[in-house]
Amino acid sequence: MPDTNASPEYRYITKKRRVTEDRRFITGRGNFAADYNMPGMLHVAMVTSPYTCAEIKGINAEAALALPGVRYVLTGAELFENINPLLSGLDLPKVKRIPLAHERARYAGEWVAAVVAETRHIAEDAVELVEVDYNPIEFVIDPEEAMLPDAPLVHPQHGSNILCDKTWVWGDVDDDFESAPHSLAFRARWSRCSTVPIETFVVTAKWDEGKEVLDVWASIQMPKYPEQIARALSLPVNAINVHFDVDVGGSYGLKRGIRQTVIVSYLTRKLRAPVRFNEDRLENMSGGEMHGPDRIFDMEVAFDDDGIMHSLKIKATDDAGCYPGRAPLQLGKPVSAIVGPYRIKSASYTAISVTTNKTSQEAVRGFGQAPTNFAIEVMVDKVARKLGIDRDEVRRRNLIRADEFPYRIPSGSEYDSGDYHTVLDKLQESAGWQELLAKRDAIRAEGKLAGLGISTCLEPSGGNSSFEPFFNPKNDTTTWMESCLIKVDMLGSITALMGTSTSGQGHETLLSAVIGEVLERDPDTIRGVHAESLGALPSNSPVGSRMAIMLGGAAAGAAEKIKKQLLEIAAHNFQLPVDRLIYDGGDISVDGDPDKVMSWNLLIDIAHRQYHKMPLGSEPGLQAQHTWEVPTGGALPAEDGTVQMYPCYAFEAHIPLISIDPETGQVEILDYHMGHDCGTVLNPDIVRGMTFGGIAHGIGAALYEKFEYDEGGQHLSGSFMDYLLPSSHEIPHVEMIKHYTPSPLTTFGQKGSGESGYLGAPAAIASAVNDALAPLGKSIETLPMRVRDIEALLNGQIE
Amino acid sequence: MSEHKITLTVNGREMSGHAEARLTLVDFLRDVLGQTGTHIGCEHGVCGACSVVMDGKPVRSCLMFAVMADGHDIMTVEGLEGPEGELSPLQDAFWENHAMQCGYCTPGMLIATHTLLQENPNPNEAEIREAIGGNLCRCTGYQQIVEAVQMTAKKLRAAT
Repeated sequence: MPDTNASPEYRYITKKRRVTEDRRFITGRGNFAADYNMPGMLHVAMVTSPYTCAEIKGINAEAALALPGVRYVLTGAELFENINPLLSGLDLPKVKRIPLAHERARYAGEWVAAVVAETRHIAEDAVELVEVDYNPIEFVIDPEEAMLPDAPLVHPQHGSNILCDKTWVWGDVDDDFESAPHSLAFRARWSRCSTVPIETFVVTAKWDEGKEVLDVWASIQMPKYPEQIARALSLPVNAINVHFDVDVGGSYGLKRGIRQTVIVSYLTRKLRAPVRFNEDRLENMSGGEMHGPDRIFDMEVAFDDDGIMHSLKIKATDDAGCYPGRAPLQLGKPVSAIVGPYRIKSASYTAISVTTNKTSQEAVRGFGQAPTNFAIEVMVDKVARKLGIDRDEVRRRNLIRADEFPYRIPSGSEYDSGDYHTVLDKLQESAGWQELLAKRDAIRAEGKLAGLGISTCLEPSGGNSSFEPFFNPKNDTTTWMESCLIKVDMLGSITALMGTSTSGQGHETLLSAVIGEVLERDPDTIRGVHAESLGALPSNSPVGSRMAIMLGGAAAGAAEKIKKQLLEIAAHNFQLPVDRLIYDGGDISVDGDPDKVMSWNLLIDIAHRQYHKMPLGSEPGLQAQHTWEVPTGGALPAEDGTVQMYPCYAFEAHIPLISIDPETGQVEILDYHMGHDCGTVLNPDIVRGMTFGGIAHGIGAALYEKFEYDEGGQHLSGSFMDYLLPSSHEIPHVEMIKHYTPSPLTTFGQKGSGESGYLGAPAAIASAVNDALAPLGKSIETLPMRVRDIEALLNGQIE
Repeated sequence: MSEHKITLTVNGREMSGHAEARLTLVDFLRDVLGQTGTHIGCEHGVCGACSVVMDGKPVRSCLMFAVMADGHDIMTVEGLEGPEGELSPLQDAFWENHAMQCGYCTPGMLIATHTLLQENPNPNEAEIREAIGGNLCRCTGYQQIVEAVQMTAKKLRAAT
């Protein structure tokens, strides 16, 4: 990887360093949720609805309960009586979300009853014996049909299938459209897919009767998890202990099993035994928290003869599936970068969330940004094609210039920093844009189809909650904090606590590198710890591409406090002011008198044991916590409909070269080049890995992955035989070139990279496929562009 | 359901336990023998997370019943280390290249590439991609895994 303009001044961050967490994974010693076994543990299997929508007239569990080893059958009716409904991101008081279907099953595969037995095998046997009396009723699958006046209602109490329908207009959209010489409109479709971790959701709960504490081991990645459990069960939060040191086997936003957790938490208290629910793949894919955005974009753009885009109208209709948790808010994050990296001076946005009789949508990597980026990039390609200007040139003419930052977009977010033209230039040069065009044309000359794609996209990072009050004025959350507590023990080693789980992002490595950097201590001697929730700190969890920024900033802030305490101890003992002292690698000496030095070990010893040498009134021991609010957070949306969303904006540009088999429609990716600027990179291997993985997710979304439903509402993609995940054959080698434009808002200039790759790859692949189809006068605006879709298009079976 | 006594060699040690006829090998390894390094991803033979080596060949332990492994020789990810806990060159290269993120598919990846290098100590990129073609990873996009195997092969060549 060419590393140009990297910052040279750091000791540990920005440098290659092995990832601490990896050691346990390569030796088979990870601690995943399914690895926690305990005596007397009971297992859950789910009875699922075979109907797309049905009233539940009754449940007869007699035969199931008679099977040896079966301990209990829990129904939605019992849960409804005994727990509080789960939270919704929107203000929807009449839409009750209960972990098991209550009175009505609303999608095929919905969990209707939970069977508890001594082994999972027995529980599965007993599932077959539970008799549910269903009365099938009308259902609706298509989101646009669901909005028609006579559509069957998914939640009749709500009175409509529309959960949210809001429009914002920023700037003089009508005037800009009227005055522009050109406009075009089109529809693009991002189909229901997600990032599908290899580990399903797993949770074990154990009610500790002695302590009266609910212990939870879960493969979780979700803000406010203990609080949500406590609310559902009417327990105080200090009676919930989530073991955040459980390794999570991939999440990418998805692992939000609050329903599963409430079920086993209720059961462990009821049955006085530890209870585990370990989703099998079908429970996971059809009934679990696994489906991502499912979105129709109606796009309009106004532009001039030079291809300068003046205004943009986006209408996004999103199929939230059956129960709206946080999913509809995924329409909100894209407001943070609603015009992409472009100087578009006005925009309107209509966001419609619709409920249908499908599995509920859940948060996925990028929180709605990847679909929006895809639609915007299709738009830019169409502008280029209509005017006969090269696609890279149209982008170059519209990209925000480096001297314009900070740059405020029409919807109110201020982009922190960037140098988009330089990244694109560097990428095109390193990729050999002209050579790739020649290679494409050579393939075409052989009578095959070939296309070169391009996308230039943003990754809003740092995460805040602005979309919550933006979509739901009753929610006035403006706090989105992260914390770190550093303890230096009596013998001088450093331990750092965070209050959250990890699912592959390397947070322990992040903590040790950042703290090592600030305190100038070897990171390999610093231990990062995922505290249990009872001992944990204010956190909003690793979502929104925020931990490099927020946990990194919290760790640096706590380390600075430790350093300040050490300097005060030294100043007291030298009887000198702090500004006369030099901190070097943990030792403190007197400026101009290098023989006067107090070592790290001595300073620590004083802090822990020699109170007579401590400054008067200071706290003994040595620890410091830093909790900080997300930069640019802390404010409600303005009354004019503008809002500052995420603080930091990373930039990525993609160039893939593909060929298409004209007989079969099979796409092959021949070359893949990517330019990436996420500011200062704290750990190069982690950022590379996340970006390559994001590209793989993006290629999957573009070409293969879809949760498919038939007209009767049956889910057809419940296994890896039907839901196609790209393997090492489909994912190409990626050549990545880096550029580093620091953020002025963060400790070291870092931005997020947790969603990188995924936010630009689908758009780039779509661009390449459409470039290949362009000589035929055809195009495709629906993802995924599967073999059969392309083949049907080539054979004239579809337009 | 009748129980069967199963005795097999796991990572060079003879182990035994009881299993119903329907218990899969991966459940037996994890739940009966406590060898939790091997993971379960799909339980239908697609993802490869449960890969183990049986009699020198990689197999999907979710597609086999434990009784089918009675008397056989099994190696899991826990068996890759040396006797003193030293990392194998392949494990070390996975670490050096950060050939994982969440670590969930890693045991299967190590088993697949360990077997590859036993058979072909000098694989090219296409051969490496072929060898891991039946092991799904959702974190890495496979690139750093390929790099780790290339580094291992280079080291093994240098050592011989």
